[in-house]
Formats: sequence, structure tokens, C-alpha cells
Amino acid sequence: MDFELSEDQRLLKDSISRLLSDTYGFAARRGYMAEANGYSAKLWEQYAELGLLGLPIEEKYGGFGGGPVDVMLVMEEFGRVMALEPFLASVVLGATAVKLAGSESQKSMILPAVASGQVKLAFAHGEQQARHDMTDVVTTAKKDGNAWVIDGAKSVVLHGDCADKLIVSARTSGGRRDAGGLTLFVVDGSAAGLARRGYALRDGSRAAEISLAGVKGEVLGVVDGGLPVIERVIQAGIAAMAAEAVGCMEAMHAMTLDYMKTRQQFGRAIGQNQVMQHKAADMLIAMEQGRSMTMLAAMMVDEEDAEERAHHISLAKVGVGQAGRHVSQSAVQMHGGIGMTEEYAVGHYFRRVMTFEHLWGDTSFHLGLIADRVA
Amino acid sequence: MDLRFSKEDEAFRKEVRTFIDENLPADIRERSRLGYGARKEDTVAWQRILNKKGWAAYSWPVEYGGPGWSPTQRMIFQEEIMMGNAPEVLGFNITMIGPVLMQFATQEQKDYFLPRARNLDDWWCQGFSEPGAGSDLASLKTAAVRDGDDYVVNGQKIWTSTAHNADWCFVLVRTDPHAKKRQEGISFILVDMKTPGITVRPIISIDGSHHLNEVFFDNVRVPVKNRIYEENRGWDVAKFLLGNERTGIARLGKSKERLAYAKELAREVQQHGKPLIEDPAFRRRAAQIEVDLKALELTQLRVVSAKTKEAGKADPFSSILKIKGTELLQETSEFVMDVGGPLAMPGWAKELAAMSNQPPYGPDWAPAMAGPYLMLRAASIYGGTNEIQKNILTKAVLGL
Repeated sequence: MDFELSEDQRLLKDSISRLLSDTYGFAARRGYMAEANGYSAKLWEQYAELGLLGLPIEEKYGGFGGGPVDVMLVMEEFGRVMALEPFLASVVLGATAVKLAGSESQKSMILPAVASGQVKLAFAHGEQQARHDMTDVVTTAKKDGNAWVIDGAKSVVLHGDCADKLIVSARTSGGRRDAGGLTLFVVDGSAAGLARRGYALRDGSRAAEISLAGVKGEVLGVVDGGLPVIERVIQAGIAAMAAEAVGCMEAMHAMTLDYMKTRQQFGRAIGQNQVMQHKAADMLIAMEQGRSMTMLAAMMVDEEDAEERAHHISLAKVGVGQAGRHVSQSAVQMHGGIGMTEEYAVGHYFRRVMTFEHLWGDTSFHLGLIADRVA
Repeated sequence: MDLRFSKEDEAFRKEVRTFIDENLPADIRERSRLGYGARKEDTVAWQRILNKKGWAAYSWPVEYGGPGWSPTQRMIFQEEIMMGNAPEVLGFNITMIGPVLMQFATQEQKDYFLPRARNLDDWWCQGFSEPGAGSDLASLKTAAVRDGDDYVVNGQKIWTSTAHNADWCFVLVRTDPHAKKRQEGISFILVDMKTPGITVRPIISIDGSHHLNEVFFDNVRVPVKNRIYEENRGWDVAKFLLGNERTGIARLGKSKERLAYAKELAREVQQHGKPLIEDPAFRRRAAQIEVDLKALELTQLRVVSAKTKEAGKADPFSSILKIKGTELLQETSEFVMDVGGPLAMPGWAKELAAMSNQPPYGPDWAPAMAGPYLMLRAASIYGGTNEIQKNILTKAVLGL
């Protein structure tokens, strides 16, 4: 067992941290949010130059050949600045789907383009009626001659508004909530019949509602056998976003400590009050427990045993979700009024962590899954 | 970064588990499983079995008769002991006085005391807390005045765990009442509990058990040669002692074992015509405990494997282990009791003992369910209250 970073990992972390601290001030972030796609196009190019966009992609497809721990390190740094770029959507979710399910030719077509930043992917799986149920898919795909035609709607698709290609799940057989009968498709962003309504989530990052009316798609993986891939993509997403949430927690904790040292009331810094100190200690404990769970998630992403993997990802989702809620709520409370304002960063981090908790199964949902396995 | 146990560690775990399975007397295991604390003779017998194997002093280096294990191995060992319902080795001997002797004692003191501590020939206890010195330990008043080759000790200690079992006590005494800083006038001495002038008076705990004591010193003569380290430098020794082996403080294995036990009982106990384990509220609570156990396990591994560890210097992160570990000990003991329902409520020790020649009032698991819950309220108080742990984190990590 070894919790130390390798030399390469340390370099990776340092180089991203340096880039982001130079470019991702809170004011600069507002500027990026106002850009056409809701993120910095220039930074996206710089990530590509750094090799970040190929981080978890195999070297033979132009990637860096990194693993979940590398992704964890990067996501944590992104979390510290609330980076807006579609790294999670494209490089983690999209590329994972292609890596797991793609044919050789799909992989060699798509992955190098993702690694270079030329193509951005989005993972279009969730639907409005499904809530957190992964198998609840009413979007259908039917064979029309040699082609597949997709009809339906996808909801809260991260960076679905700017994606060049969408990985879309659709029902090719079975009933609405059946585990079997799901298939993944690659859909071109400019395909006829595809309509996207983009918006900012509460935390400022972009997502979209997507409707598909007779949209042509190319099968990715096995027809009717999409669920295991969907599960793994979501698990990779949970692991990555958990690390991002830990980065957010670090930022909130640091801001709160600073505030406690500088904010004067009753003639002294509020951090002199033991009740505040213990709240800060509780935040630290929650954050470190969350970090531990993030490491667990990173460790389990590549676990072969599907039951084990799912179980541990659920443990991590609950652990980080609860830690995140504790740290965010404490951060706002301890800042007082300023923590409630749009002009101050704490509320933005708060909303990013809130978003994490509500994607891919919330705390209650995953706790229910763990409870189902109690034996 | 590689977050898995090595093959060697896994093999080690198996070796320890097998040894416990094959050597732990069944009656000792069963009493522990049912929630009864280990009796003195159980602890002694088991520690001697371990000592024969070379494992009793599990945290000691080879030169002092320990197995020379890595921090990860020690952690695994402790966890297996607790999960296997074996008595824990006596912490006073192994993780408290042992390392102090190795670090500070004369060769003569080491040669005499260390092998005896290992084999539990001497049962040690700790004379630190006083009525007026709890969390604020440095305000202790028990005085030791030099008189020839002896110190004459007068004063009172309190909350002295197992003093009634003990052969020796390591005691913090005030040797310089005029020292500028309170911490500077304290010495660390070893006291034979058979010395005239010592009175041990039981304090019966909230669970009805006798674990704690008051210890009175009335002109007790302690040879100066029984002092450890320099006169008036006892605070350094105490700090070293408290900073040692803090990772064991989470007692994670115990909480794991209690969760497993709660589930085992919940398969047996029925409500609404079906086993309690099928109750959604029970399952959710078990799930939450599992989440918290996993987080603590990972945090403990991070602390244990941290490479920058210095002997005797507490990693402030061990305060996190203390806080979360004791919260889980409390939660799991509460969980077990709650499974018992009303049958967990009878059980005042004296009356049950009087009933011992009659048929039991209920299932064998019932009488000892509430006891550990009650006693473990102490877990967030002893070893530095959880509030003190937060003060430590505030200073050492947060810089406030």
C-alpha cells in the first residue's frame, strides 16, 4: 500500500496547479463563463498541449495512458478553481464509453481527436422521467435498413450543448426499466433531427436538454448490451467528480480559515472563538474522510468484479456527498452574510458540490443500494 | 500511488487470523462476542499465548522481544485481534510504558521491566488524571518530595483504569512546585502498587462494572532510581507516551466486529413476523455505518502509511482517527443494543449474578448488550476528549 504520488503524478499535479493558479482567478472565471460555450476556449487548447485531454486514453490512440488516480489528481485541481471546461464530459465520460465499447475503428477515429481537443464528446444517458434509475430509458432506436434511427429525449447532458459527438443510450428492446435492451450510439452533433437546448447548471457549468427525432446513430458496442458500459461510465464519472468535489472542499475550507483569521467581531478575529475552531476542525475531518473515499473510488474504478466495483463506488458517493454537504454548509454558515452572495466564491463552490451530489444517484439513492446489499 | 494491500500483507493477515482461530480459547471468544469485557485472567492468558508466539509486544522492535512489524502489519494485527474477539493486549504495557522504557530508561530498568511487561508478569496502570487535572493534565498536584534515596509521594489520582488489577503504576508527580511553567516541574516515576500508603478505591461505572479507580498516595516512598528520565522532565516523557501508536486509537476492528454482530443478531431477532435484518430502517443504518467505517479505514491507512513518521511525535491526523473511531465505537455499540430492544434492558450485574443458578431470563446475547453501549460513552472522553482532539487539530493543522 502506498499513498505517495509517483514522480510523474507529482509533476502532473504541479503543472496543472501552476497553469490554473495563473489563469483561473475568480474574476477570470466569470469571463470564461461568458464565452460562447461557457468555458475558456484558449485554456481548452492549453490542456490539449499539456496532454491533459489524453490523460486516460491509451498511448496508441494518442493519449497519455494514465489511470484513475491521474484523473483524480487532475479533477481535484479543477475542483479548486471550479474549472468550466468539458474535461469530465469529454475525456472522462465520453472517452470511457468509447474505450470500453468502441470497435477498433471507432477507437482510432474518435480517441485521438478527443486527446487533441478537436472533438468534444458528451454522454447523453439520463432522461427526465428516470430520476436516478440508470435503467429507465424510453428513448428508442430502431433499425431502418442498415442504419439505426433514434427517437426520444435526454436530460441534463453535461456539456451536451457544445459536444461534437454525443454518446446516446437508447432502448433497442425490452420494457421501459429493463436492464437488458439498452444500446449505446455515437451521434454526430450536427445530425439532422438533433435539437439541443443548452443552459448553465446552478454552479455555472454547461449542460443541455437534448431531443432526438429520427436521428441517425452508429452503434457503439453490443446491441442490447449497453448497460454494463453505461454503469462503468457513470462509475468513472462519480470517481472523477468526487475528486472535483474534494478540490471544492479544499477551496472552501481554505477560504473559511482565511476569513476566520481576518474577520474581526467584538474586537477580535472570529477564529479566536472555540465554537468556530471546532466547526473548522469538523470541516477538516469531513474533508479528509471525503478525500479517503475519493481515493477508494479511484482505486475501484478499474475493479473487474462488477458487484464489488458498484458497491464501493456507492460507498464513495455517499461518503463524499455527505462530506461535501457538511463542508459547504459549514463554509457558508461560518462566513455569515458574505457567504450568501453571488459576488463571493464560496457560494459557487457550494453549488458545484451540490451538483455533484445530485448527479448519478444522490446520497439517499446510493445509501439505498448499499442497504439492499446488507447481509 | 497504489492503494491495495500487498500480497505479503494479505498473507500476513491470513497468518494472524489462523493463529487466533487455532489458539484463542473458545470461552474467551464467546464472552467477548456476547459483549462481556475480557476478565483479568482472560487478558493474561491470551497475552501469554501471544508472547510465546513472539507477538504480544506487537509494536516493539526485535531487539526488545517484539516482532519488528511494519505499521501496516501492526494495524492488521490489531484489527484481526478485535475482529476475532480476542482480548486486546494490555495497552498500558505494550503501547504505553514499553516504548517509554525503550526510549528513556536505563539498561537495568529495561532488562527488568520490558520482558515482564511483555509477558504480563506485571500489570501496569497509568496514574495521570487527578480530580483537578483532567483534560488540563499539566495542572496536576500529586507531590513527590526528595528524602534521601526516595521520593515521598502524597496526593490523589483518579479514573485509574484497572488499578485494582495492577502490579505497577507509572505516575506523573510534581517535583518542583515553583517551576515557571507548570509543565516544567513534573517527573515520571514508576510505583510498585504494593508499596505501603497506597489505597485503591473502586469507582463503579455507568454500566455497573468496576474498571476505574481512585488511587490515594499517603507518604508513599518511591526509590529515586524508579524515576524515568530527568527530574522535572516528566512532561516530555508523557508527551512521548501520548504521541505513540495513536493509529490504534480508532479501534476500527472492534467497530467492524460489532457491525457484523448486529447483523448476525438481526437475522435471529424477529419483528412483524420477519427477521429484523429485513427492516429497511435497520438496513439503512447498517449501510450508513458501512460508509463511515470505510472512510475511516481509508483515512487510517493514509495515516499508517505516511512515510514521515517520527517515533513519539503524534501525527495530528491521528486526532481525526480518535474522533471518528470513537464515534463509530459508540454508534456500533448503540446499534447492537438497539437490536436487542427491550431484552437489552435487564442486566444489572449484581442481580444477574444472584440469579446465576436459575435459568436465564432470556437469550444468551441479551444481558451484555447495553453494557458496552454505556461504557463506550467514555470513548469520546478518554485519551484526550474529542473536544481536546479538535483543539489539537485547530492548532496543529488549521493554524488558528
